[in-house]
Amino acid sequence: MRPAAFEYYAPRTLEAALDMLASEGPDARVIAGGQSLVPMLALRLARPTALIDLNRIPELAGIRQVGSAIHIGAMTRQAHALASPLVLAQMPLLHYGLENVGHPPTRARGTIGGSLSHADPAAEISAVMLAYRAHMVLRSKRGERVVPAEEFTLGTFETAIEEGEILTEIRVQARPGEGTSLVELSRRRGDFAMASAAARMALAEDGTCASAHLVIGAVAPLPLRFDAVAAALEGRIVTEDLVREAVGLIDLDLFEFDNADISLAYRRKIGPVLAERALLQARDRAKGLPE
Amino acid sequence: MTLRQVKLTVNGARVSMDVEPRQSLADALRTHLGLTGTHLGCEHGVCGACTIIVDGEPARGCLMLGVQAEGAEVLTVEGVSPPDGLSPIQEALHEHHGLQCGFCTPGMVMALHHLFTTTPSPSEAEIKEAISGQLCRCTGYQGIVSAAKAVAQKRRSQPDHSTVTEEEISCRSA
Repeated sequence: MRPAAFEYYAPRTLEAALDMLASEGPDARVIAGGQSLVPMLALRLARPTALIDLNRIPELAGIRQVGSAIHIGAMTRQAHALASPLVLAQMPLLHYGLENVGHPPTRARGTIGGSLSHADPAAEISAVMLAYRAHMVLRSKRGERVVPAEEFTLGTFETAIEEGEILTEIRVQARPGEGTSLVELSRRRGDFAMASAAARMALAEDGTCASAHLVIGAVAPLPLRFDAVAAALEGRIVTEDLVREAVGLIDLDLFEFDNADISLAYRRKIGPVLAERALLQARDRAKGLPE
Repeated sequence: MTLRQVKLTVNGARVSMDVEPRQSLADALRTHLGLTGTHLGCEHGVCGACTIIVDGEPARGCLMLGVQAEGAEVLTVEGVSPPDGLSPIQEALHEHHGLQCGFCTPGMVMALHHLFTTTPSPSEAEIKEAISGQLCRCTGYQGIVSAAKAVAQKRRSQPDHSTVTEEEISCRSA
């Protein structure tokens, strides 16, 4: 099995990569970790005329704190982010999400920005960034623009990235005091999720819920945020009964995926269950309860 | 078709190969360097048979292009096997029925090699995580996990973990 032929470029700077992307035209693709694109090449689901490899551009990798924000270079390896104490302390939902992404060899090569740009509907990283209301930095020869997560992922394998643009950085507000959880159901650990739930929760001093966020992934072309569920928890003591009641507000009509092996009815059944588990685990982690 | 010259280090030796950009690293290692220990199964990143170590990290050899390996340090199953006999990991797989047809074995050996390089005394959970990306259709995995546990156990009883590592390093440069 061999991909169709293509030209290959390995620029050393972002500027050079943007120049090549502009001159090679719309049939060129950038390659990040290659853990999704190379299979698509091998299966000839993608047939780019040229690959522009971002792996030799050091400025695109790394995680740093800038004031109260965390900036993640798009070429940061998933394994690096998973092992990062900064991520665990300041945006733990990404840590818990990454535990479910692939396997050690795919995480060692796969990148944060590559997963977001590929936009698989089951991608945990997309759900995590939506839950954090992250901002995506896109660069092109025309300049830079910043797109919020809810406007970045547009559908299955579809994003707001325009011709000539490269996702260079993801910016997230640091949330050190929160409890977070990402719970998913898959046939084997590391497989694509049948449904996933990502939750964030901050508790006030009196123990009530100060803020909550819930995203469900892998059930529709893009991850879905359920603010009504979060609103039902805010200002109240988060009991198991309250969470069960709140996940009843999930609009199951927004679930779309219906496959031969995983039916829509099944996804509608497990979505609220996973949401309940994620919210309760986020609550327990916000309280600092031992795992 | 334009060929690209790629210079890299494989199992401690500096080598060069002329590859088409579309050729996978695993395919290039097999075809150009004759290192057929790296097996190609699914060739699209699912089975893990082609797992190798690139710059100290495990990688699916079919999901890297040969051209991407310019300047890289690559370790294959040939590099962790002694010229005669078996490495401790291979010996344990043999002892514990950790293989039958053997197709997945090179990938398993490399995944376990990386585990023991980074985690000298791994738990069962860490062993299972380390091989989670490797498919085996013969053993049911239990023999592989038992083999890895035996290697870990042996290392615990010989607190000088460097014993095994040095042996493996000598294999590498052999």
